[in-house]
Amino acid sequence: MADDFLRFRDDEPTEEPAVTLDAFLDQTNSSAVRLEAGEDVRLLLPHLHHISLIEVDFPRFRDGRGYSSAQILREAGYKGELRATGDVLVDQMDHMRRCGFDSFAPNAPIDPEVLRATLDRYAFRYQTAADAAVPVWKLRHG
Amino acid sequence: MYKYDQYDQAIVDARVDEFRDQVRRRLAGQITEDQFKPLRLKNGLYLQLHAYMLRVAIPYGTLNGKQMRMLGHIARKYDRGYGHFTTRQNIQYNWIKLQDAPDILADLATVEMHAIQTSGESIRNLSSDQYAGAAADEIADPRPWAELLRQATTFHPEFSYLPRKFKIAVTAADEDRAAIRLHDIGLKLVRNAAGELGFEVYIGGGMGRTPFVAPLIRPFLPAANLFSYLEAALRVWNRNGRRDNIHKQRIKILVHDLGQEEFTRQVEAEWQHILGNASDVPLVEVERIATHFAPPPFETGLSDAIDRSDPDFALWVDQNVKPHKAPGYAIVNISLKPVGGIPGDVSAEQIDVIADLAERYSFDELRATHAQNIVLPHVRKRDLYELWTALADAGLATPNLDLISDIIACPGLDYCSLANARSIPVAQKIADRFADLGRQRELGELKLKISGCINACGHHHAGHIGILGVDRKGTENYQLLLGGSGAEDASLGKITGPGFNEDGIVDAVERVTDKYLAVRQEGERFLDTYRRVGFEPFKEAIYG
Amino acid sequence: MRILTGNDLPTGDVIWWTGDGWSRHVEEAVDVADQGEPIARAEEAARRVNGAYVIDATETPDGPRPAHIKDRIRALGPTVRPDLTLKPVDPNAGSWVI
Repeated sequence: MADDFLRFRDDEPTEEPAVTLDAFLDQTNSSAVRLEAGEDVRLLLPHLHHISLIEVDFPRFRDGRGYSSAQILREAGYKGELRATGDVLVDQMDHMRRCGFDSFAPNAPIDPEVLRATLDRYAFRYQTAADAAVPVWKLRHG
Repeated sequence: MYKYDQYDQAIVDARVDEFRDQVRRRLAGQITEDQFKPLRLKNGLYLQLHAYMLRVAIPYGTLNGKQMRMLGHIARKYDRGYGHFTTRQNIQYNWIKLQDAPDILADLATVEMHAIQTSGESIRNLSSDQYAGAAADEIADPRPWAELLRQATTFHPEFSYLPRKFKIAVTAADEDRAAIRLHDIGLKLVRNAAGELGFEVYIGGGMGRTPFVAPLIRPFLPAANLFSYLEAALRVWNRNGRRDNIHKQRIKILVHDLGQEEFTRQVEAEWQHILGNASDVPLVEVERIATHFAPPPFETGLSDAIDRSDPDFALWVDQNVKPHKAPGYAIVNISLKPVGGIPGDVSAEQIDVIADLAERYSFDELRATHAQNIVLPHVRKRDLYELWTALADAGLATPNLDLISDIIACPGLDYCSLANARSIPVAQKIADRFADLGRQRELGELKLKISGCINACGHHHAGHIGILGVDRKGTENYQLLLGGSGAEDASLGKITGPGFNEDGIVDAVERVTDKYLAVRQEGERFLDTYRRVGFEPFKEAIYG
Repeated sequence: MRILTGNDLPTGDVIWWTGDGWSRHVEEAVDVADQGEPIARAEEAARRVNGAYVIDATETPDGPRPAHIKDRIRALGPTVRPDLTLKPVDPNAGSWVI
């Protein structure tokens, strides 16, 4: 489970271990699932109502497929926990937050001070994403 | 031109702060080079042969005198007195210290400039027509759309770690001066039968190791949906593009592997999902941006007459000055290709001169071109002689636009850590061989482009004559290509056969031009002749 | 001989391993035999070099000369700007580079 400062939710974390996508699709009563970088996130969409944790793995921090997976889940209305696992580094976590990740289980420790500075740095955003940020084009025109 | 508001400025300032912190952590050992490299590349900072290199963005090639002067200041203060204009309308500095990079970015931010996404596996700086807003043949100024995309693609969270780099070009004229079909996405602003604005969308072009001319994926995309459609294409690629082989990760490979039809089907399907996100920038914002690109206050009633009594001036006018849409005005090209010079290099002093001249003669506006030259877009014809005199005094009046000595060349092995062979000395030797201007003009339009490695920063695939430097057992070797074009008639050059050494390639180029002069018909450019007679007569001339 | 090179981390300058430190001058490079990799890793970890790698070189009366043209250009500077090389006043400084 993620450290407190790496989890951005108020609810209780699920205790259930995440199962693989294949196992989940075979036996859809599980409520926690783990998605590998190359797997098709849309296979989960019919089942979102009974999932409380989705882990998306980043095998290398430069592999950006997980950002699209997260964005697609949030676009589809998924409200449960979305956790980035693996080679997750502080310099990528701001964009991960924007794509809808709300907890992190990185391979290596994260400095809480650097993380806070990173997440507080950008007051304005150019685009809509899965977070609550209002894009500047909307700010400009009220 | 576009002027930052508080939001644009805050975002660029935050980026300076972020990069300063990243550099600090790298120098303090808190992040490894493997972790830092993608971060610095996202800010245009490379480690090259002799030092770090910083590539500064010039969005769609447009800048003003104050910004230009800042580029000169950076050359003097942090580099070694010069900069290099690139084939993506940017400028790069070759002798940068990592420890200075945050201060350079802070200086740039004071004039609304940055180095954001000028490298790395990100959506790169937008490129466009260097004559935008001045060309007689455009249906509208493409730059508001380019600026819209600049903003929308800056720090796009979903597309921050793409399979590979991603380059977009936007034009609005039938004459393609931005090589749109050799981009990952090329956009051409058009009107449909109902008179509505939209885009022809070309996806999957590119040069590099595996060159492709982009197919037309959508003949008419309503302008209001420009960004959501691009997001759909990017998402299809981000999810399905290869990640296992760096040479096969560009979107062109995905388009090729899936086939145009299936790729288009997937993009259209994804677009239907994305349309629900309301991510398209509303037209009221497009209109706000467009006000920044309103035409400058052109004087009316100006004469179109030019006093051609000075023959050197008349020669320059004929070669480097192009028609403008406003009566009495002209577009001036400043060649950065003097014989004996380095293509695209410009000294801090020349930068200052160009900045002054842009302010005095061109409504404080100038452009960088993908051919590594500079444009003053809006010059009164009656000022041309004075302007030419000032340019000549600064060594900037070489009258060779689009001639054989107006060579595109990448930095090559003199500077670049990826290069296999030097490009600049080859460009210099060719320019020297054809130094006689009468001979160049006799050859007419001839686009010669040189890359020092297969990555093709020198656009060799798109040269009427292309040269590719390779490493043959530790020595430099040069292959010759013929028949490429980056214009609206885009095509890829074909390799003639075995390569040459540095002097041999100059001789081979001359045999090609001799053959052209021998077989051309009235009014044919080199490329036209090549397309008419084909490859074989030239191959015969080269290899005998 | 085998010599070790890389770039200085904060400045990016081209540097060569001298046996007990780093020099801007290839003439001061020493033969690292088969010890190049461990030295490179240790010096990178200490942040005294960035992107260190071992290359082949030839010993000459004027000092080591890298075998590959890329490293010879690195050793002196761009061939097209002799004024910006390590030896700008010596017209023959680049005679061994190309």
